[in-house]
Amino acid sequence: MTPAQSAISVRGVSHQFGEAGEARHVQALLDTSLDVTRGELHCLIGPSGCGKSTLLNIMGGLTAPTTGTVTVSGKAVHGPMPRDLAFVFQESALFPWNTVFENVMLGMTFQGVAKSERHDRARRALEAVGLLDFAEHYPGQLSGGMRQRAALARALSLETGILLMDEPFGALDEQTRMVLGEDLSVLLARSNKTIVFVTHSLGEAVFLADRVAVFSARPGTIKQVITIDEPHPRKPSFMTAQKFHALRDQLYGLLHDEIRKAMSETAQPRRRYDQAGETDADGKRS
Amino acid sequence: MNSTEQATARGRLLSLLVQLAFLAILLLLWTLATTVWGVSRILLPNPLDVWHQFVAVVSSGAFVPDLEVTLGELAAAFAISTTLGVSLGYWISRSHYLIKVFEPLLAAIYAIPIILFLPLYVLMLGLGPNSKIALGATISFFPIVLSTIAGFGHVDRRFVTAARSMGANDLQLFRYVLLPAALPVILAGLRMGFTVALLSVIASETIASFAGLGHRIVDLAENMETPRMFAYIVFVILVVALLNAVVSKLERQARWR
Repeated sequence: MTPAQSAISVRGVSHQFGEAGEARHVQALLDTSLDVTRGELHCLIGPSGCGKSTLLNIMGGLTAPTTGTVTVSGKAVHGPMPRDLAFVFQESALFPWNTVFENVMLGMTFQGVAKSERHDRARRALEAVGLLDFAEHYPGQLSGGMRQRAALARALSLETGILLMDEPFGALDEQTRMVLGEDLSVLLARSNKTIVFVTHSLGEAVFLADRVAVFSARPGTIKQVITIDEPHPRKPSFMTAQKFHALRDQLYGLLHDEIRKAMSETAQPRRRYDQAGETDADGKRS
Repeated sequence: MNSTEQATARGRLLSLLVQLAFLAILLLLWTLATTVWGVSRILLPNPLDVWHQFVAVVSSGAFVPDLEVTLGELAAAFAISTTLGVSLGYWISRSHYLIKVFEPLLAAIYAIPIILFLPLYVLMLGLGPNSKIALGATISFFPIVLSTIAGFGHVDRRFVTAARSMGANDLQLFRYVLLPAALPVILAGLRMGFTVALLSVIASETIASFAGLGHRIVDLAENMETPRMFAYIVFVILVVALLNAVVSKLERQARWR
């Protein structure tokens, strides 16, 4: 695949937290390469601490890799690229002192979008996620699902070609998660956005993704990429189809040993700091 | 209004009644002490005399010069401690190392009775307002600087990461993220700083001074004018309550919803 076709191209990326020999040293990623095709939803799935969130942060320029390169739309990544890609984080990271509307506007303020245009784009983005009626609410007044919709609206309003989503539905209950997944699939069918989506959930990965990259246990690297050949928007009925279950089982088969490996590693007593180390490896608190 | 709200409203009214009854009983005991039990009027004046003096102090405007001195000292002390506390606190909060070094140090100094520095300040700055300002500023500096460090130093990293990912520059990060995130904590520190500045200014006036409300109260005590002294005490209590209510209201308004 040539770089022109791929929205994001990851070449030989390794990442470690701390220096070798230090107590807090963690090799999060090891020589990982990956191409994300324009217009696809690419899931990253793997055991906790495998570095999938770290990879997402590296793609988005929030973390500089120890070695390796990332190019986004043909440009080398050296820092945040707010015009090319927008993030949606697990805990929505909406600013609690601003209303939903102000939150959406603020992203565009940071980008220097003209004031008149900001207003229209914010309305359109909120309409797209069905939150226009809650524009004047504060994040604390919304349910978890609505907060994630608002975070998605904030990302959409930036009108980037690429969305990087870090377990965006991870903190939600099963039903809300499924509904938001369906909505995302509809959105994907309508727009030609490229989405990289980190998840823990096998079902979510199969339901949403065009391709799924399966990570090995730490130090994480991509073990296999499987293709989910099913057009968007995907219906809930897809979840009961034979194909869905076959793919889900295939994913589970690939992940099973890696999850065991990750668990036995975290079970060792010396890893008192591992709680921190693990979130670190996922890049959430680094 | 539903039944739970009604119940809470009724509960609040009841507490208020109990509080008022408590104060009424105190007033009654005070009156009995001065009339029936024969406590010396020089030590404890009759509440009615105090009331007359209070009316006289307020209506004659006799309190104005002293109030001006005290509020002037308070304003200067609070302005100094706010400026120094917030700017120094922000600077310290920018580095994990500085937080680690200075936060425990400042907290330790805050724990010592800083009023012990008053004699030194009087020696250095004289008996006038300057020594009161210095003491008030010193004492109120600590809650302000500590809360500023806490406010800016513990901004949720997710907010910073989110803003950076959307392209916020340093100035935008400060104005739209760090400042609003830290503000509730800083304002709590400012309110506390204001309260201790007020207390220390009045207290130091009672120890060594030429003027001010604290000075007036000591002066009246030394001249055995206890009813007027009590009237001034009541006056100070009302001023302090009013100022604290205003500051608390301002602080509440700035909180996130």
